[in-house]
Amino acid sequence: MKHLLSPLDLSLEELDNLLDLARDISHNPDKYSKRCEGKKLATLFYEPSTRTRLSFEAAMLNLGGSVLGFSSANSSSASKGESVADTIRVISCYADIAAMRHPKEGAPMVAASVSRIPVINAGDGGHQHPTQTLTDLMTIRELGGSLNNFTIGLCGDLKFGRTVHSLISSLVRYSNIKFVLISPKELRIPDYIRDDVLKANNCDFVEVESLDEVMPELDFLYMTRVQRERFFSEDEYLRMKGFYVLDKAKMAMAKESMYVLHPLPRVNEISVEVDDDPRAAYFKQAKYGVYVRMALILTLLGLDK
Amino acid sequence: MLNVGQLNEGFVLDHIEAGKAMEIYNKLGLGLLDCQVAIIKNARSNKMGKKDIIKIEGGLDLVDLDALGFIDHSITVNVIKDGEIVEKKTLSLPKEITNIIFCNNPRCITSIEQGLKHVFFLADEEKQVYRCKYCEEKYNR
Repeated sequence: MKHLLSPLDLSLEELDNLLDLARDISHNPDKYSKRCEGKKLATLFYEPSTRTRLSFEAAMLNLGGSVLGFSSANSSSASKGESVADTIRVISCYADIAAMRHPKEGAPMVAASVSRIPVINAGDGGHQHPTQTLTDLMTIRELGGSLNNFTIGLCGDLKFGRTVHSLISSLVRYSNIKFVLISPKELRIPDYIRDDVLKANNCDFVEVESLDEVMPELDFLYMTRVQRERFFSEDEYLRMKGFYVLDKAKMAMAKESMYVLHPLPRVNEISVEVDDDPRAAYFKQAKYGVYVRMALILTLLGLDK
Repeated sequence: MLNVGQLNEGFVLDHIEAGKAMEIYNKLGLGLLDCQVAIIKNARSNKMGKKDIIKIEGGLDLVDLDALGFIDHSITVNVIKDGEIVEKKTLSLPKEITNIIFCNNPRCITSIEQGLKHVFFLADEEKQVYRCKYCEEKYNR
């Protein structure tokens, strides 16, 4: 039984195949519109996440399948004290594949260990969010033509942002990627990413505080949101929240070929005036998220061929 | 020189860092064993200056060698048969340990899931870093 718990569960070859399939789906959606007829996706969302849940549901519906599930712990048996293991054992009787979001880190791994159907981690606390990483990789690959030879800027909350950590861990497997890590001192990447991932893989990286000075060299700029819940004081949050705002003036310093990515939702870190810039790729990225989830569902169900 | 009776069948945990024998005794649950167990503290050692030793009567299956390797992999295990050392085992850091240490991360699924074993894997052998299998939080010794 194949599951997806971490982006690194996939070998480079499997990842290539998955992204090729996602590309084919994006070019020929009709070809896949009945591929999952009669199949059911269970969306087990123990905490609210409109975006990810709807993306999964859209993916399954686009494939001709159907969806069932819950969108908060309160509307599941978890509120009665049922364990994750028991829940997935029961859901295995109802559905063919499950996507699980849970506030506790490692919950999807527990589910996968007893499940009779493939389990996809749709986000477990601050730990992993592999389908966001697949979305990011597909966006870079589709817009840049490959996953090699880029200078990628990651900007904002690099300390707590799990999407950033997963993306770095995935991109170090490709060649000639230079990372420009842009953050205030307080929100720099954790030591284990710097030492165990970047340095351990001999990656080229710099850590800077100023976005302006590095804008001209970037091929991609991955913006992130500063999350209120990570801070002890409101003042500190407000100071960090306003640290980086990408606006037209900053975009004017960037290459014509640079793209801006963001896992969304954004707050104020990308000014709405940037949305009309052809280099603003974050809504396109959300679209790629559906294709890559379609490819993942097909692959895990063995319907990709 | 203090003499402790010779073992005929059993094993000796040798080269324990002085002062650590009781910790090992407790962590390995040796107090629950029904056989003879001897603890020697501060024995003279050419290599270590002083060391602790634990002698246990019976088969090697009485102790969890993975747990022992995690606690201190520089300990040697001498297997005794008919009063003679027949094998000297060296320990290594186990790749995975179960229910020996526990995850303290309040965001980890182990904090709420009933009956879930606490499993840690060896993430970095050189730095002796263990991480929780579920949340990957580092265990601080």
